[in-house]
Amino acid sequence: MLDPTERLLLSGDAAVARAALDCGVHLGVGYPGTPSTEILEDFSKLGGNAEWAPNEKVALEVGIGAAFGGAAALVTMKHVGLNVAADPLFTVAYTGVPGALVIVSADDPGMHSSQNEQDNRNFAKAAGVPMFEPSDSQEAYDLTREAFRLSHKHQIPVLLRMTTRTCHSQTVLRRAAPIRITEPGAYQRDIKSRVMIPGYARPAHRRLRAKLAAIEQEFTGSELNYVVEGDRALGIIASGISYVHAREAAPEASFLKLTTTHPLPVALARKFAAGVERCIVIEEGDPYLVENLRAHGIPVEGKDEGYRFGELNVGLVRGILAHAPAPEPATPRGRPPQLCAGCPHRTVFATLARQNCIVTGDIGCYTLGVLPPFEAMDSCVCMGASIGVGLGLRHVLPPEEARRVVSVIGDSTFVHSGITGLVEMAYNPPPTGHLVLIVDNGTTAMTGFQEHPGTGKVLDHSPASKLSFEDLVKSIGITRVHVIDPTEDMRAFSDLVKACLDSGELAVVIARRPCLLAERKQTATERAAASQSCTP
Amino acid sequence: MKPVTNVIIAGVGGQGVVKASDILTEAVFRAGFDVKKSEIHGMSQRGGSVASDIRFGEQVLSPMVPPGEADFILVMTEDEAEAVESQLKAGGTLLTPESLPGYIDEDADADEDEETRLRLRCMNVALLGGLSAFLDIPDTCWREALCANLPKRAWEFNGKVFQLGRELVDQ
Repeated sequence: MLDPTERLLLSGDAAVARAALDCGVHLGVGYPGTPSTEILEDFSKLGGNAEWAPNEKVALEVGIGAAFGGAAALVTMKHVGLNVAADPLFTVAYTGVPGALVIVSADDPGMHSSQNEQDNRNFAKAAGVPMFEPSDSQEAYDLTREAFRLSHKHQIPVLLRMTTRTCHSQTVLRRAAPIRITEPGAYQRDIKSRVMIPGYARPAHRRLRAKLAAIEQEFTGSELNYVVEGDRALGIIASGISYVHAREAAPEASFLKLTTTHPLPVALARKFAAGVERCIVIEEGDPYLVENLRAHGIPVEGKDEGYRFGELNVGLVRGILAHAPAPEPATPRGRPPQLCAGCPHRTVFATLARQNCIVTGDIGCYTLGVLPPFEAMDSCVCMGASIGVGLGLRHVLPPEEARRVVSVIGDSTFVHSGITGLVEMAYNPPPTGHLVLIVDNGTTAMTGFQEHPGTGKVLDHSPASKLSFEDLVKSIGITRVHVIDPTEDMRAFSDLVKACLDSGELAVVIARRPCLLAERKQTATERAAASQSCTP
Repeated sequence: MKPVTNVIIAGVGGQGVVKASDILTEAVFRAGFDVKKSEIHGMSQRGGSVASDIRFGEQVLSPMVPPGEADFILVMTEDEAEAVESQLKAGGTLLTPESLPGYIDEDADADEDEETRLRLRCMNVALLGGLSAFLDIPDTCWREALCANLPKRAWEFNGKVFQLGRELVDQ
């Protein structure tokens, strides 16, 4: 039995997982990415059905299928993951879902662990999907449930937009009674809703806009958006984490707390703005609320451009309110991260630096190869870009320069977005050939050692079909394929890289050596499991 | 409303910063306070700096300690102090290993002496013990929080260093 007075202390991620369980989510699917990763890990530990997909696009497609089948599906990813999943997102907004579909986008303002700080609130507007923004773990819990309810009621995918601070802060919450949102039954065919040929998609787009108009009405009357009465001299409109910063920075002010930030409850904002002398929007990242409220003719003040960058905090909100110029970006304090002592990637980057390679890099721990003492990386754009960018350089650089180009990609990243790059390499080979180094440490190390198709284990570490990189690469049509442990004999590894570069052919070297930390963690887990099985 | 208490715990990955902040957060949670804890995961496992903000009181709004408003800062090694000292408010308390005189035997060699090695490893819990002398948190809440966050085999030694930190701390 649920004790409604029981207090829990949970991170925002854990709160989403708990809520998913408490509203009967049938399937959680995603790709690991800080700060979203713990949602599915926690959901699985609580007994939920959760899986890692090879990338976010596939994850969303699996979620769409589940929701087409009448189920409640939760799809999780970090902000840049939604770029990968944008293709299905924009069209599932048209099709709608008979079950329920909630997509968590975990944004990373300040780029604690990301390559950009894009503000995914813009995606909600661009794709035309409703969006909720929690301010703490209680709201993350409540809004996850609310998002599923709304999704099923209006047959529309819903975006739950979190940020690093709401994902990773632990705050107090109380659960609500478990409910079931939807149950899959016999398949209901509905080709005009789900087959998006132009003739069916045109009315589908009109249906979407009608749904959004109805949802805006619902949001305008919803208790999720509320006014905190205060001094009428200052009125603040805020959502998400910015709301709690602002409440603390200006406790005397009047507030309009916006929880549903797409579609915006415009009538509510108009009324609030008219009732205060100075109406200012406090928001992190892009001027999303300011621009959209102004577009509706609501005169609101925004922040200076300097406050667009990084996270807000109570001190910065005080600065915005006082028209103070944004402070200069603080130089990062303390020690920068680095490749672990004994990390197999160290050998790889030492070799590439020594051979004076032009290295197109990728996303993962190994991006740290850009830092001293190696400084052996020339680019890092997005998941999988190492291969395409490397090929582009090979195509245009003078031959003697082109021959120095090497693409370096990790195992999980290769599965995520590297395979199509390799197909391009075989299909449009550069005149000087190319070398792709797959640094295979047998785990998604950067995000905390998640499994992927190449590890042969699923999310909860139980055995699964294992993708063979060497077989895959050969089947693409690349004949020069080598597997080597780069740490066993550094000279042999170095010679192999040189031979591949000198050959002028297409080559893939799989530098395979397990991550030290993952191995240690695995041994500890196995030890714990063994000791448990010995306990009577 | 009474003001919230702001604590920052700082160090580098592997020093038990996150563990110490988990224990403190759980202790104040068990004592019935509203509490928010905020820290940045991710690169800390690769030896980078890590800091955790813990705020508690009747009602906590922002999960992040406002700049320059920390009542207490705990750092695991002296050389980390410089990076976070500016966050301390006037009259705030900085707790470093030096705040626990006699906790580490200066003449002992950590490679040789098991007790010294273990004490160094449990600096996070010793500093929490030091912090506990300043806070009005019932002892049972601290004990429960320690037990909930540490494996059973570590309870006894950590209980001891917590008590040592509490007794030795300069007040």
